Amino acid sequence: MAVYSTNEFRSGLKVMLDNDPCAIIENEFVKPGKGQAFNRVKIRNLKTGRVIERTFKSGETLEGADVVDMEMQYLYNDGDYRHFMMQDTFEQYQADAKIVGDAGLWLKDQDMCTVTLWNDAPLAVTPANFVELEIVETDPGVRGDTSGGGGKPAKLSTGAVVRVPLFVAQNEVIKVDTRTGEYISRVKE
Amino acid sequence: MLQCIRAFFAARNVQEVETPLLSHASGTDAQLAFFTSTYETPPYSQTLFLQTSPEFAMKRLLAAGSGSIYQICKAFRNGEAGRFHNPEFTILEWYRVRFDLAQLMEEVEALFDILFDGRLNAPQRVSYQTVFEQYTGLNALIFSYTDYCTYANQNDLSDAIALCGQNHALWLDFLFSFCVQPYLGKNGLCLVYGYPACQSSLARLNAENPLMTERVEIFMNGIELGNGFYELADADEQNRRFDSEIQIRQQENLPVAVKDERLLAALKNGLPDCSGIALGLDRILMVLTNSTAIADVVSFDITRA
Repeated sequence: MAVYSTNEFRSGLKVMLDNDPCAIIENEFVKPGKGQAFNRVKIRNLKTGRVIERTFKSGETLEGADVVDMEMQYLYNDGDYRHFMMQDTFEQYQADAKIVGDAGLWLKDQDMCTVTLWNDAPLAVTPANFVELEIVETDPGVRGDTSGGGGKPAKLSTGAVVRVPLFVAQNEVIKVDTRTGEYISRVKE
Repeated sequence: MLQCIRAFFAARNVQEVETPLLSHASGTDAQLAFFTSTYETPPYSQTLFLQTSPEFAMKRLLAAGSGSIYQICKAFRNGEAGRFHNPEFTILEWYRVRFDLAQLMEEVEALFDILFDGRLNAPQRVSYQTVFEQYTGLNALIFSYTDYCTYANQNDLSDAIALCGQNHALWLDFLFSFCVQPYLGKNGLCLVYGYPACQSSLARLNAENPLMTERVEIFMNGIELGNGFYELADADEQNRRFDSEIQIRQQENLPVAVKDERLLAALKNGLPDCSGIALGLDRILMVLTNSTAIADVVSFDITRA
């Protein structure tokens, strides 16, 4: 794998740090006029999702991490693992609940999502920004109510619970922003 | 800004000068990387260096009897690029004959008062030791590895330990850069003087405390704007410091520096008692215009040059 110097640390670059794959978020060059040059780097650990700050002497290097984001189709959950498939090669990958994490709340069979591979093994799963899911459980709809007001909880087919306006009824399909977990709109069949 | 500066020095009878950007010799400071170019006069060719600051040439003028002088010019530092750095930048450097550091600080304050039209908070002068202790609780002049490590561990900076090891100067660079400097000079100048001896190669040692030097740094809104010295006039001492820096460069496998024998000859001839300072004009312009990046105040930064 390639080796990257602090000068090459750009947002999004994937490197190995403390044996974990990480993504560079921010890299600031800090140098006193008559002193040592440093790079203060914000890094996300891709395994834990934690963001840490590290300081390097300018010119220090880190090994690149073989991390790629792949668009895959979510197939099914066998109880222990969720299975994903590359659409062009039909190659399949499996990921356990620890890797899938909260993304599992938004994954519907056949939907497309992003699977991050590290050394060709799933590292993280990111759902599409917007997903359309059916409401399986909510209080009955109230006619005449508009989207203002408090709303009510609604359980979706994937198990996620979101707040929806009072007029939304059970068995309806709604669009949700997976980044915030917020209701966007009803989806007309 | 430039007009304002020129009027300021004209009123004070400081003469504007211009010195070569290209020189046969380079700075020796291991922390300053120079640009190298080749001067072709077939069949000969010679390596010339772009100056990292106009200091050496200006000191030669001072030794030749120029009196107080200033210069606005480009300086070049290889490998320095970032939010506050561009490898080619503009320096205002001036030397005041028979000024000590306190008089020079006064002049810097007067210049900023004019540049910022009196809108700044009152300038603050503080010693390195005091300000370092204020923000870190540590003694900057006397290195205690255990104290420094304890501080780093308690402040989420444990990577400093592996990075700095037993190197006092490196620890000071690290802790000052991240724990002190960001808080200096809120909408006003902060002048930090009395730098630890391990932090300055060209300044005189303080007569009363040889752990400190006659060096001052200027900060505003957490940005380093300039660096000044009560200048070292002793040619032998300067020669020793050059040699030790050249040795450090060798140990760190840095490009070989060429010692400026012409400066040493000039110092031998006699540098008048003087203080001098260099200010980064691009950064001052950043502060004047509330810019967040040096790229915003130069026509084309290095990525677009």
